[in-house]
Amino acid sequence: MTTIGLPFPRRARAGNGAGGRLGRASFWIYGLLIAFVLGSAFPFYWSFLVASRDNSMLTERIPPLIPGGNFLANAQRAFELSPFWKALGNSVLVSSTVAFSTVFFSTLAGFAFAKLRFRGRNVLFVFVVATLAVPTQLGIIPLYMAMSEFGWANQLQAVIVPNLVTAIGVFWMRQYTVQAVPYELIEAARVDGCSMIRVFWHVCLPAVRPAAAFLAMFTFMTSWNDFLWPLVVLNADNPTIQVALEKLQSGYFVDYSLVLAGTTLATIPVLIVFIVLGRQFVAGIMQGAVKG
Amino acid sequence: MTADLDTASSGKQESAAQRVSGGRVPPPGISFRDRLSRWDFKYSPYLYVAPFFIIFGIVGLFPLLYTAYVSLFDWELIEDSPSFVGLENYVLLFSDPQFWRTLVNTVSIFLLSSIPQIIIAILLAAMLNTRLRGPTGWRVGILMPYVASLVALGIIFANLFGPKFGLVNGILETFGLERIDWQANRFASHVAIAVMVNWRWTGYNALIVLAAMHAIPKELYEAAIVDGAGAIRRFFSITLPLLRPTLIFVVVTSTIGGLQIFTEPKLFDAMPGSNNGGSTNQFQTITLYMYQSAFEDQDFGYASAIAWALFVIIILVALINFALTRRLASTGEEQ
Repeated sequence: MTTIGLPFPRRARAGNGAGGRLGRASFWIYGLLIAFVLGSAFPFYWSFLVASRDNSMLTERIPPLIPGGNFLANAQRAFELSPFWKALGNSVLVSSTVAFSTVFFSTLAGFAFAKLRFRGRNVLFVFVVATLAVPTQLGIIPLYMAMSEFGWANQLQAVIVPNLVTAIGVFWMRQYTVQAVPYELIEAARVDGCSMIRVFWHVCLPAVRPAAAFLAMFTFMTSWNDFLWPLVVLNADNPTIQVALEKLQSGYFVDYSLVLAGTTLATIPVLIVFIVLGRQFVAGIMQGAVKG
Repeated sequence: MTADLDTASSGKQESAAQRVSGGRVPPPGISFRDRLSRWDFKYSPYLYVAPFFIIFGIVGLFPLLYTAYVSLFDWELIEDSPSFVGLENYVLLFSDPQFWRTLVNTVSIFLLSSIPQIIIAILLAAMLNTRLRGPTGWRVGILMPYVASLVALGIIFANLFGPKFGLVNGILETFGLERIDWQANRFASHVAIAVMVNWRWTGYNALIVLAAMHAIPKELYEAAIVDGAGAIRRFFSITLPLLRPTLIFVVVTSTIGGLQIFTEPKLFDAMPGSNNGGSTNQFQTITLYMYQSAFEDQDFGYASAIAWALFVIIILVALINFALTRRLASTGEEQ
């Protein structure tokens, strides 16, 4: 596809020194920002700190801020006392499925809303945007009743199916597709006899890859951190990681080292992903803000 | 397949023509294929947008509406024949002191979290909007809390704010201040929960505000400098007014999420696993109360009434926001 020279308009923006940035950062701005970043990182560090020691550290007024050597022992206890491996596996499975499906269906719908002409398009799109404001979380009671009826309670599909495609995903992909896919390319492919789905696959999809990648990360993380609905519909023996964590806390709450070892373990994967892909996260959020 | 498109767009018509007919079973007739293509053109878009509407209808809209129906019944979990009670659940709800308490808690936590958060986010964005060394690194740094799960967050902060051994009280004592019982004291518990919310969302909102700041044309600042406006004056006369739409967006989205706050108060409880939101419900929120009524007391009818009441509250607040937005926007134009 590179031979056609698809435009990536968003890429160009990053370089142009960004509108209102004026004035050199002074010494105290750096100071405040360092304080802020340290404050952002501290709770993560604290969690690891408690997890790497034993509970006696918490009886001191200001405990030493250097990690001890008990992290692996505490982590091992967390694995023994709760179905942590199963929870991790479940979470990986659920979050990957949800991310893949959301990206696929959102890109498809975004393509239709952005580039195809059909009766009722605008009304339907306004409806999608309006649903962003609907607190669907408040419908969990009938949803739980329905899932029990289907025999899906305590099954992973109960947490997968409701998140197969989201309004925010459709909205995001539509906004990106509008400016990333030129009409001429679609026309050309149509003239050549491409069916709609092939136009989508060979023209649209390659052009919107950056936005799709961000949506995949974002959806994976949202799903990984989801709590209320998994807590309602899954049991302690088949949990996602967040549910397992909550059970660990309510079961062993006086044993802070154990609970925070579990918390640290559950946070490390997303933290690694974030450190690797942090740039893309920042870029995605800031682009979304300009359009939203 | 990419090769096909490449040659086609470079205008080699014979290869395009070859591809249309070549290598395939010939269709029964041109007209049929034309019709097929026209159907494809006409109906495919509906097929592409359908998954969202189907999923949203089944797991979003329908349950929400059905909640209103359930709220009219005395509907226990293991009951086969729920009995219709009309508006009785709502009558009970409005005379239920716990409901009003949770409403006050929710609004209090929401205000304590949203107001400081927006102010700090703006200041942070202003700091990031200067010429920094390694701008992306700072942005990644302040966004870090955003990846923490709410459960992890709740557990860690419940520990930090622990009344006996918590670090926050340790620091307070070191400075000669009184320790605070962050769980038992109603207002203090709201502050602690608001701190969690702020910790997670301030950096995220700062980036959104920063993006909006980048969109402000540089010429405005240059003109202001020529006119002799100082940095503070420029901030209040140019930056802030032009950020208004973004700030309203931030406020509206945080309202919808903030009024449904659930995980933080649930995990903050000194008695983990409890749904009480403190021994006297001092930090129980409406969503937590709904969860407790449905899945602990197994009173689906009453819980649905709570859900529907919260739904109406959210819609009302959203409408007030909307009206406010329009007024603010129109006064902005007059200036």
